[in-house]
Amino acid sequence: MAAPALEAQSLTLSWGDFAVAEGVSVHVDEGELACIVGRSGCGKTTLFHALAGLEKPAGGRVLLRGEDITGVPGRVSYMLQKDLLLPSRSILDNAALPLIVRGVDRDAARAKAGALFATFGLEGTEGLWPSQLSGGMRQRAALLRTYLMDNDVVLLDEPFSALDAITRVELRRWFAGMVRELGLSALVITHDVDEAIDLGSRIYVFDGMPRKGIVSRIVGEVDVRSAGADAARTTLMGLLGIA
Amino acid sequence: MRLPSKQKTVPAIAVAAVLAVWQAACSLGLIPAFMLPSPIAVVSALVSDFPLIWSHTVTTLLEAGLGLAIGVVLGFILAVLMDRYQTFRLAIQPLITLSQTVPTIAIAPLLVLWLGYGILPKVVLIVLTTFFPVAVSLADGFASVDRDIIDLMRTMNASNLQIFVYAKLPAAAEQFFSGLKISATYAIVSAVIAEWLGGMSGLGVYMTRVRKSFSYDKMFASILVISALSLGLMRLIGLLERVCLPWKQIERKEHGKIIAS
Repeated sequence: MAAPALEAQSLTLSWGDFAVAEGVSVHVDEGELACIVGRSGCGKTTLFHALAGLEKPAGGRVLLRGEDITGVPGRVSYMLQKDLLLPSRSILDNAALPLIVRGVDRDAARAKAGALFATFGLEGTEGLWPSQLSGGMRQRAALLRTYLMDNDVVLLDEPFSALDAITRVELRRWFAGMVRELGLSALVITHDVDEAIDLGSRIYVFDGMPRKGIVSRIVGEVDVRSAGADAARTTLMGLLGIA
Repeated sequence: MRLPSKQKTVPAIAVAAVLAVWQAACSLGLIPAFMLPSPIAVVSALVSDFPLIWSHTVTTLLEAGLGLAIGVVLGFILAVLMDRYQTFRLAIQPLITLSQTVPTIAIAPLLVLWLGYGILPKVVLIVLTTFFPVAVSLADGFASVDRDIIDLMRTMNASNLQIFVYAKLPAAAEQFFSGLKISATYAIVSAVIAEWLGGMSGLGVYMTRVRKSFSYDKMFASILVISALSLGLMRLIGLLERVCLPWKQIERKEHGKIIAS
């Protein structure tokens, strides 16, 4: 069997001497959209920083199609809850930023990014500043920027939670379609069980309260396709202790 | 539309009222003319002595411009080094703060003593007073950048220089211009103080001369010019800010829309 697109092997995470998580093993198969559900403060962002190579985990390895990329940034794309668009750049330049950073000529970068604006539902916003866009549109622009980082494995940390309820559902359905269309493999972290069921084919439950001395771990895994949405919800609620 | 017009008329009326009271006090003979010239006397002194005042103004502006330019460059370099090297910041911060507690008026004579009566001591004094607001506002601005943006750029494998240019510099831009406005007023005032203590030309030199001849109307005329220079310089920097930070204009407008709705 081929190696998964992205795989974490028994990661140990810490904030300095402070233990956050232990034995975290998760993977995303080729072309899959998997989710991790966890409550606030369980160390989700720390886990993603480790997967993105921004921080070296205290133990364990991160593999990209079998290649060890532990502590190496830039090999998987990463999108955060906040859109983090640069306020001083137009939407077009924001989207093209990963290309410009990589040394692509500015005009070529703009042309490549501009050609994708319609696909991402952003047509007409090229010359606007980020402050002129709604939250949903800003997330679309951030997603286009993430896509132009040119890695086909994407990590998304609570990408829709800052949006209003209607935009959130709309955007995540659109996003799931885009992941399929673009052939990406994605791992999404969310605290929203319904969002995880709506998006993911497989859902990991990551739970613990490191601030209270309970080290977080992966406490379970649910296959939504084989279990069905309702059964998956019951199992997830049970694993999170919200029965 | 009532609010903006009120915001313009009230300050204008306040200034006009102060001038009217001043003029009345002089015209009614409440204050002797040799002690406090009336506003009209000041303006007529400015008009009659304008060619001479203008030639001195050019010197002061030249010194202030040169000193401010060097001060801004020095402040920028210090802020970048403080942002880049923590040890440097810890070492330099108390020193530059201390440097600002030394009164300008106390070191100016020393500078004249060390560096003579030419333009050099003036420029040095202006540099010493103007680098500080720029360095502090820029260093604070660099530090105010969202850590998540830096993390994001690291996942793009951005170099430190790219992170600086794309994230830190724009984040500091607004604070930089606030600091620059303060530095600009310091530049004019410092130039005049340095000229008081010795020199061939400049508004400070003109002031000492007219004071010695008890021409207080001309003295006030030069104060008027100094205030106008400071205001003009601040206005110029305000315009530069609008040109350099077009997105801030839009953000303010968008913010206004949200408030209004």
